[in-house]
Amino acid sequence: MSDKLIQGRTGPWEIVLGLEIHAQVASNAKLFSGAAVGFGAGPNEQVSTVDAAMPGMLPVLNARCVELAVRTGLGLKAQINLKSRFDRKNYFYPDLPQGYQISQFEFPIVGEGEVIVERDDGSTFTVGIERLHLEQDAGKSIHDLDPNATYVDLNRSGTALMEIVSKPDMRSSEEAAAYVKKLRTILVYLGTCDGDMEKGNLRADVNVSVRRPGEGLGTRCEIKNVNSYRYIQQAIEYEARRQIEILEDGGSIHQETRLFDPGKLETRSMRSKEEAHDYRYFPDPDLLPLELDPAWVKAIEESLPELPDAKKARFQSQYGLSSYDAGVLIAEQPRADFFETAAKGRDAKLVANWTTNELLARLSKDGHEIEASPIPPTDIAALVELIETGVISSKIAKQVFEHMWAGEGAPAAIVEKHGLVQVTDTGAIEAIVDKLIAANPGQAEAVKAKPQAVGWFVGQVMRETGGKANPAAVNEILRAKLGV
Amino acid sequence: MSDLTSLTLKGALDGLRSKAFSSVELTQAHVDAVEAARALNAFVLETPDKALEMARAADRRIASGEAGRLEGVPLGIKDLFCTEGVRSTACSNILTPFVPTYESTVTANLFRDGAVMLGKLNMDEFAMGSSNETSAFGPVVNPWRINGGNQALTPGGSSGGSASAVAADLCLGATATDTGGSIRQPAAFTGTVGIKPTYGRCSRWGIVAFASSLDQAGPIAKTVEDAAILLTSMAGHDPKDSTSLPVETPDFVPFVGKSVKGLRIGVPKEYRVDGMPAEIEALWQQGIEWLRDAGCEIVEVSLPHTKYALPAYYIVAPAEASSNLARYDGMRYGLRAEGANLTEVYENTRAQGFGEEVKRRILIGTYVLSAGYYDAYYLKAQKVRRRIADDFDEAWKTCDALLTPTAPSAAFALGERNADPIAMYLNDVFTVTTNLAGLPSISVPAGLDAQGLPLGLQVIGRALDEGTVFSVAGALEKAAGFRAKAERWW
Repeated sequence: MSDKLIQGRTGPWEIVLGLEIHAQVASNAKLFSGAAVGFGAGPNEQVSTVDAAMPGMLPVLNARCVELAVRTGLGLKAQINLKSRFDRKNYFYPDLPQGYQISQFEFPIVGEGEVIVERDDGSTFTVGIERLHLEQDAGKSIHDLDPNATYVDLNRSGTALMEIVSKPDMRSSEEAAAYVKKLRTILVYLGTCDGDMEKGNLRADVNVSVRRPGEGLGTRCEIKNVNSYRYIQQAIEYEARRQIEILEDGGSIHQETRLFDPGKLETRSMRSKEEAHDYRYFPDPDLLPLELDPAWVKAIEESLPELPDAKKARFQSQYGLSSYDAGVLIAEQPRADFFETAAKGRDAKLVANWTTNELLARLSKDGHEIEASPIPPTDIAALVELIETGVISSKIAKQVFEHMWAGEGAPAAIVEKHGLVQVTDTGAIEAIVDKLIAANPGQAEAVKAKPQAVGWFVGQVMRETGGKANPAAVNEILRAKLGV
Repeated sequence: MSDLTSLTLKGALDGLRSKAFSSVELTQAHVDAVEAARALNAFVLETPDKALEMARAADRRIASGEAGRLEGVPLGIKDLFCTEGVRSTACSNILTPFVPTYESTVTANLFRDGAVMLGKLNMDEFAMGSSNETSAFGPVVNPWRINGGNQALTPGGSSGGSASAVAADLCLGATATDTGGSIRQPAAFTGTVGIKPTYGRCSRWGIVAFASSLDQAGPIAKTVEDAAILLTSMAGHDPKDSTSLPVETPDFVPFVGKSVKGLRIGVPKEYRVDGMPAEIEALWQQGIEWLRDAGCEIVEVSLPHTKYALPAYYIVAPAEASSNLARYDGMRYGLRAEGANLTEVYENTRAQGFGEEVKRRILIGTYVLSAGYYDAYYLKAQKVRRRIADDFDEAWKTCDALLTPTAPSAAFALGERNADPIAMYLNDVFTVTTNLAGLPSISVPAGLDAQGLPLGLQVIGRALDEGTVFSVAGALEKAAGFRAKAERWW
C-alpha cells in the first residue's frame, strides 16, 4: 500500500475512492416508454408521449431492461433481489420532463457483489459492489446553440441506466481506472452495455476523500460525469491534491458535488451539501413492486457467457499463455475470439505473440481495435503454420506480415509471389559458405579463436540469401566448415 | 325533444335499437339541452359538431347491424380525461391550452362501444376540491335548489360538471373520477348514481393524474342500471397502466335487480360522526330497513381506524399530487410565464397556472415528503392506510357489503365553505376510506331532505365485487323509489 500514498508537506496521505458508474442498458427501447433508443437520431425524434411527460401518460416497465440488469448482477457475482421497487426522485430541470426521475432508492434490484481487478504489475485487488439499480436517464440540455436560450433534446430522456455503486475500495487513480476498465469489459462480455464512453453510454461519478494512513474515512467530494479513463485519473489526481492542500493548511473538506474541467485539468464546485436538492424520494405509485421469479433468474444465470476472469484462466491453462498475454487478449471479447479462431490447431503462444505484438500493436497505433483488422484470424493462423513448418523464418514472417497488412492476401500466396520461401537446401547454403570463407580468411581465423564471432558469417549468409536461408542450417554448416 | 333527454341511458339504447329515434335526433336533443343550460356551467367545452358526426356514424352502424353496446348514446366527458384533438385542461389555467394527441383508454373504450361525446365537463382544478369551486372555469351550479329558494348550490366535487349535467338531463351519462369521493359525493348532491370501481378496474392511462394510488374512473348516471352499463364499457385491463388489474370485466348489468336475499350487510358504527344531520342518520336507518325488508341480514361491524382515514388521505393524496404535478413546468406544453431566469420561469408559470387549492396541496405534499418529515407523515400515513384496508378485510369476515351515508351533508351553497379548507375536506369523511383501501363503492340517491335536496347512501363491496355492490344498490334504488328531478330554472 505504501507506494500508493501521496506525500504532502506534513506527511503521507491515502486516497480513498468509490465510483458510481452509469451504464446505459443495451436495450432497443427505453426503460418505461417503449420508445426507440439509438445514437444519431435527430433532436427529439426518439421521444414518446411518456418521455415528454404529457398529461395522463404512465410508465410501463421494460422487461428486457430488467433482464439485462439481472444479467449484469449475476456477472458481478452479486445478490439478485427478487423484490425491488421503483421510487421517484423529485427535482425540477428542463431536461427532466416528469419533474422526477424514476429510480430505485431503498430497494435496488441488485445488492452486494464484487469485481476482481488487475493492476499493471499483475497483482490483483477486489472492489466490492454496493448495489446496482435501474433508473431513467434525463434528456440533454444544450447551452451553446444560442447565447440567450437553452435547447433540450429528449432523445435520451427515459433511456435505461444501470447505476453500479462500488464500495470505497480503490486507493489510487490507477486503481480507479483499472476498475472502470474491468467493469466495462464485464458489461461488454455480458452484452448488457456497449461500454461506449465516447457516446456517454458509460460514465462515472467519482467519490474522492483523503485520510492519514490508518485513520477513518475523510469527508468526500463527488466529481460528476467523468467519461474517460484519462479524465477519471486526472480528476482524481487534482481533487486529491486539492483536498490534501486544504487539510494541510488546517482547513476542512466540505461535502459537495464537483465538476471536472478537462480543459483546465481541475475540479470546481457545482453545489454544496447545503445546496443539495431534497429529492423527496417516495415509491412511484404508477408502478407495482418488481418481483422476480427465481426460475427466471436461474435461466438468465445459465445463459451467462464465459466471463473475463474465467476466460483468462482458461487461456493460461489451455494455451499456456502468460498472464500478461492472456490479459491483453481477454480485455476485449473480439480479441479473445480472434485469438481462439487463429489458435485452432496452431502453436497458441506464437499466435498470441503475432496477435498482440504485431497485429494489436499496429492497430492501436491508429487507435483501432481488432474489429478493424485488415487481416482475418485465419491468415494469422496460416502465417504461424508457415513458421511452424519451416517454410519461412520468423524474420521473413515479419516481411510477410507487412504484405498481409498491406492487403495482399493470404500468407502462402505472398511467400510465393515475393519468393520468400526459406532456403533449406544445404548444397546451396554450403556453396555460399565456402565462397564467404574463401573471401574472408581473416574473419574465419577470428571465429576459430572466438566461436561466438560466427554470427558475422551468419549475417553475411543471410544477406546473400535475402534472409531466406534457414538460420539453423546456416549455423550448422558454418560450424562444421570452420570446425568450431 | 325534452322527452328524449329525459330518457335513461337504458331507455335511449332501447329506443335506438327499436329505431324509435336516431342517434342524430337523440344527440341533437342533448346538444340543444347543453346549449340551453349554460347557466349551470357544467360544460367547459361543447363539441356539438363532433357529437353529431359521431351520432351519424353511430346511426350507420345501427343500420348495418354493427351497433356496439353504447351505440349512439350521448355522454359528457370530465375534462380530466384526455381526448384526442379536443382541448383537455383538467380545468386548470396551466393546461390552457392543451390539446392531446391521444385518447384516454376509458374514453376510447366508450367510443369503441359507440358512445357519442357532447363535450368536456367542468370539474375542480386537477380534481382537487369537493364543491367544484376550484375550477379555472368557475363553479358548476347544482340544478337542485332548496324548496322555494334561488341560492346557487354546489353540485359537489370534483366531478361537479358530470353530476350536474346528468342531473339536469344534459347527457345520458358522464365519465367521472374519484380520488377521495369525487364521483360519489357529487352524485349524492345531485340525486344521481355514481360508482367508483375497484382500484385498477379502469385504466388510468390518459387521465390527468391527481393521486395515482387513489385515482379511479367511473360513471355518473341516472340509474344504477345505467351506471352498470357504462362501467362495463369503461373497465378492462390495459397494459399501458401498470396498476390496471389483469382481470376479465364481467357484464355488470345482470347484477342490477338480482335478489339480495341472504346477503349480509355490515353497518359500520364508526360512520356515526358527530354533527351529522339527523336526516342523514334517519335515511341511513331507512336504508338498513329497506335492505332488511329485501331479505338481507344486517350486522353491525367495526372499522376502528376510520377516524384516521381523512388525515391519512390528506397526506398521501397531496404527496403524490406534488410529484404528479411537477410536469407542469411551462417547458413543453400549456401555460408558460416569462421570467428573468429558469427559476423565475418555473415560479411565475406555476404561480399563474395553478389555483389556490392546487398550490395548497402541492405545498402540503412537498412538505410531507421532505427529508426529516417523510417518516412522520408519508410513511405513517401509508401504515394507517394498511390498517384501514385491514379493517375492511376483517369486516368481510362477517358481511358481504357495507351500507353508509355518502356524505355528511346535503348540497351546500356555493361560497359557503371555501374559506375553510378543513370544513371542505370533511365532505370526504365517508368516501376516502374506500379510495385508501381500493374498494368499489357506489352512491345511490335515497331521498330528499326537509329542504328538498337529494341525499345519497353508499354501498361498499369487496375488491372486484362490483357485482354485489350493483345488486345492493339496485335493491336500495328500488326500495327508495327515488324519482325526484330538479325543477328546471335554467
